Amino acid sequence: MADKSSSNAYWKANIRLIQVCLVIWALVSFGFGIILRPMLMGINVGGADLGFWFAQQGSILVFLVLIFFYAWRMNQLDREHGVEE
Amino acid sequence: MEQYTLNIIVVGLSFALYVGIAIWARAGSTSEFYAAGRGVHPVVNGMATAADWMSAASFISMAGLLAFGGYQTSLFLMGWTGGYVLLALLLAPYLRKFGKYTVPEFVGDRFYSKAARIVAVICLLAASITYVIGQMKGVGVAFSGFLNISYSTGLWIGAGIVAVYAVLGGMKGITYTQVAQYVVLIFAYTIPAIFISLQLTGNFLPQLGLFGTHLESGQPLLAKLDEVVTQLGFNQYTAHTTSTLNMVLYTASLMIGTAGLPHVIVRFFTVPRVADARWSAGWALVFIAILYTTAPAVGAMARLNFITTVYPGGDITQPLELEARPNWMKNWEATGLLAIEDKNGDGKIEFTADEATNEVTKLDRDIMVLANPEIAGLPGWVIALVVAGGLAAALSTAAGLLMAISSAVSHDLIKGVFNPNISEKSELMAARVSMLVAIVIATILGLNPPGFAAQVVALAFGIAAASLFPVILLGIFSKRINKQGAIAGMLAGLISTLLYIFAYKGWFFIPGTAFAETPVFGISPEAFGAVGAIINFIVAFVVSNATEETPAEIQELVESIRVPKGAGAATGH
Repeated sequence: MADKSSSNAYWKANIRLIQVCLVIWALVSFGFGIILRPMLMGINVGGADLGFWFAQQGSILVFLVLIFFYAWRMNQLDREHGVEE
Repeated sequence: MEQYTLNIIVVGLSFALYVGIAIWARAGSTSEFYAAGRGVHPVVNGMATAADWMSAASFISMAGLLAFGGYQTSLFLMGWTGGYVLLALLLAPYLRKFGKYTVPEFVGDRFYSKAARIVAVICLLAASITYVIGQMKGVGVAFSGFLNISYSTGLWIGAGIVAVYAVLGGMKGITYTQVAQYVVLIFAYTIPAIFISLQLTGNFLPQLGLFGTHLESGQPLLAKLDEVVTQLGFNQYTAHTTSTLNMVLYTASLMIGTAGLPHVIVRFFTVPRVADARWSAGWALVFIAILYTTAPAVGAMARLNFITTVYPGGDITQPLELEARPNWMKNWEATGLLAIEDKNGDGKIEFTADEATNEVTKLDRDIMVLANPEIAGLPGWVIALVVAGGLAAALSTAAGLLMAISSAVSHDLIKGVFNPNISEKSELMAARVSMLVAIVIATILGLNPPGFAAQVVALAFGIAAASLFPVILLGIFSKRINKQGAIAGMLAGLISTLLYIFAYKGWFFIPGTAFAETPVFGISPEAFGAVGAIINFIVAFVVSNATEETPAEIQELVESIRVPKGAGAATGH
């Protein structure tokens, strides 16, 4: 077990990273895909609008990027704080 | 060759493949039965998770709902993929570090209480059995369509096969069978989509074809579709015509439910390392995204093709002659899932938004994906492949769910709480009996399902979202939540959500027992899970703060879950 102060800093860094990722997660799905769609109506994407594209394609692609980014960054944090397996 | 014969050959071959792999892989791996995925590459494991996860709802039902629901049904696409972000960031790595095998086991240990474990089992059963009803609907549609029999006969045959498949066991634990099922289902889904995209837009990738140009008219595909459906009096395909609040809550419900469904969570318990739990959620989503980004194209193109079948050449003044209707229509009419009635007796089929003149009187959304290749006139082997794919999706998920149900009953309830000294033989017996009971209940309720397959499954996600996700999350991220808070939270979330669902769908989904009609604030029963989750969070917080401090050893347990260091192999069996 790592000492208390290091694992606290580790946990804080983790929470910050989660917060950033979840803001993006909500923005592309609930935001661009649903609530903010009227604001994106003017941006045309092949017969529909950008909000429609985010709802049916874009949000899923962003989700993928988020998960891989989080996994990569957390594995880095694990090593920086000496708490890796 | 007759289509019927071809279907049987292809479905038979796919089944032979699964059984063959199961027997081949089983020889050396019986001891690793519970530890599916250990020592398997994260990519392969991700593929198996994707097969386990994508069910009849994803394969058979979703594109049909998209076809007729248009933009607002995007909530299925975002909801069923966005949950993986929650899973990867908030649950998977910590549950892996915790290192047990079932979700109720985690709840029981973290909240130091057998009562909490029992409540978690009840939540798990409510969500999983509802989920199985949705699978049975899908299985019934697939079998009725491919054997040309009525839906209810198809349902009972399907139930029999699911029972043999799941009760004999083993299938679920063997990762490579699921890899084979994934390969069959993804080819079955994408090949017709590629053909149809090429026909309509000249684009090889359906994801691009959806936003491409409709070759025949030279307009963008979606603009063409909007034009055709509005001519017939339907809502514009790309327009948002339902409540925004409901769409947000529905999406949230599916996302949270994804992260709260026990049969999905357990896949991350047994990966070799904490870091792998993070990666494998990503790989699972890669394989899921291949289907989920194709589905909206399948939906839009199926809608357009269906309309041009009824109105050849897209001329809405010239409907199809009843006598000239294609064979696929006659076949689906035989199942009772498609009905055509020539109301004005002019010998033609009119398909409009107006109840009084619409002559396609029944069009079950769940037949669209299966009928799609026939509507587009694709070769027979493609049609047969789609049937095999739909069955692979439904069977792999149904088996996974039944496994979760039986382990909750035999391992958590009987062995964990009531009779710790039960013999291994009796435990296995209890597991099989509970599986059979679950199949029978789900099949009977599946005869009059409370919605299309994807909607029934959405109800299951709502239940999981409202009951299990909040306490698991709080168990990891808050040390303050104690057993009173967790039990009260789970019960409040579960009961409020079930009551809301039963109010609109009937007590225990029994038809005719519903007592409410107009949804409160326009929130549909499928969307209520997100509200139930909020209730769960609030109750857990309030009750925990009003009662005792969490014991010191539990606080230490939470500390240790939060760091990967010191993760051993999963234990508990």
